[in-house]
Amino acid sequence: MKYLYYPGCSLDGTAREYNQSTKSLMKGLDVELMELTDWSCCGASAAEFESRLLSLALPARNLAIAETMADDLDLLAPCSACYLNLKKVTETIRTDPAMLSTLNQILAEDGLTLTGRIHVRHLLDILSVDIGAKAIRERVTSPLSGTSIAPYYGCQCLRPYAVFDDPESPTSMNQLIEATGARIHEWDMGAKCCGASHMNTHHQAGMTLVGAILSSARSADAIVTVCPMCQMNLEGYQNSISAQNQTDLQIPILYLPQVLGMAMGISRKALQIDQNLTPAGRIFMKMGSGTIP
Amino acid sequence: MNTTNLTTDPLASIRAKLSACIQCGTCTGSCPNDFAMDVTPRYLWRQVLAGETRKIFLSQTFLMCSSCYCCTLRCPRGLPLTEAMSNLKQIGVQLGFTTKTPTALFYRQFLESVRRHGRVHEMEMMSGWFWAVKNPMLPLKFSSLGLKLMSKGKISLLGPSGNRINLSNLFRKVTELENQA
Ligand code: SF4
Ligand code: SF4
Repeated sequence: MKYLYYPGCSLDGTAREYNQSTKSLMKGLDVELMELTDWSCCGASAAEFESRLLSLALPARNLAIAETMADDLDLLAPCSACYLNLKKVTETIRTDPAMLSTLNQILAEDGLTLTGRIHVRHLLDILSVDIGAKAIRERVTSPLSGTSIAPYYGCQCLRPYAVFDDPESPTSMNQLIEATGARIHEWDMGAKCCGASHMNTHHQAGMTLVGAILSSARSADAIVTVCPMCQMNLEGYQNSISAQNQTDLQIPILYLPQVLGMAMGISRKALQIDQNLTPAGRIFMKMGSGTIP
Repeated sequence: MNTTNLTTDPLASIRAKLSACIQCGTCTGSCPNDFAMDVTPRYLWRQVLAGETRKIFLSQTFLMCSSCYCCTLRCPRGLPLTEAMSNLKQIGVQLGFTTKTPTALFYRQFLESVRRHGRVHEMEMMSGWFWAVKNPMLPLKFSSLGLKLMSKGKISLLGPSGNRINLSNLFRKVTELENQA
């Protein structure tokens, strides 16, 4: 299996462990990734705040680069914001040919053209659909038995495009996590919004939203995410959120490929577990006290 | 920035999208941010339909939308509500209603960084934002996180890796086409 790969700005900076652990996991699964050359920012939530056209043009540039690199490969994006921004372009031009020609006018400035033939796929889509829990289970050498993990999906990999899961009650992570031997922490916060960039721009609202998520994961051993913005919001402010809620809400937050990789015996270093802002020691201590289901 | 012709109604295109609203309130009931909004989403859509431009841009409601798409998913009339929230954000900037808010200044710094480097340069973006907002208390909210990120080497003074990609051409062409429209 082979995919084009768009890491995006977060995975190049504050979420570099998501980048590294995705690459290490894919290597362990014999999946080849071909990183886009000279990729640029997808616009995050910033472009859409100012201009719809800019919010389509920035990801369109990356899709046009992808088209120069392959004809028949899907484009893998691990960041949910990047995924949605890229996907929005392909969905928009499918029904709006005028927008396609406007985007091509913009891209022509840099000698690029867009047809829209590349399929954009989220990491969770590829892991749950193309690779599947069975392939993970077959490779588990250090089961996470005895641990309980809360799957957190956030918004943008689920909504508005319901591609691989139920947009309100998602379950695609369950089988993958269970394949590691861990139990699923049952909760109803998996698809709730973390506030996205509110942590920066409307800090207290962000703290309230994340506080509710952390509170309902209290009996879990870790929360697993598939988005660098969710990850940062859930792990970056645990001290002050605990103080505000007058209760200890500290909990390890891990990326899905880190958790799958741990169970597959990939080294902590290759998964960059020590780069996470929340210490993951608690889950390692519990590991290996049972058998693979 | 776009110079929109003020003789045309800035809300006209959003109103056209929302004309089928039956004011059922499902959007408000689905919104994770309603607790922080001064006007509920349902009421905001009523204001849009009634053309209450001034009131809409005086309120914080559209700035509090975090684009979770829950309302869009659940609206019984299938209206593109998250897109309408984004349109309000865009009009707010284009007509200068919101340009001085911390939110707009944050995104401005972000996009300026992207235009210059092709990728966001976090250190430059955050310090540019603190400078633009001119609130000495603001950096304190982020200082503990900032230190943690720096100690892990996750924020670099030098900026993003890879080749510098100047996106000035792309940004200029976008502005040019928007002004023609
Ligand atoms: S859910 Fe849809 S129809 Fe109901 S009030 Fe909101 S916008 Fe109107
Ligand atoms: S998309 Fe915005 S307005 Fe709609 S429910 Fe989510 S936060 Fe609220």
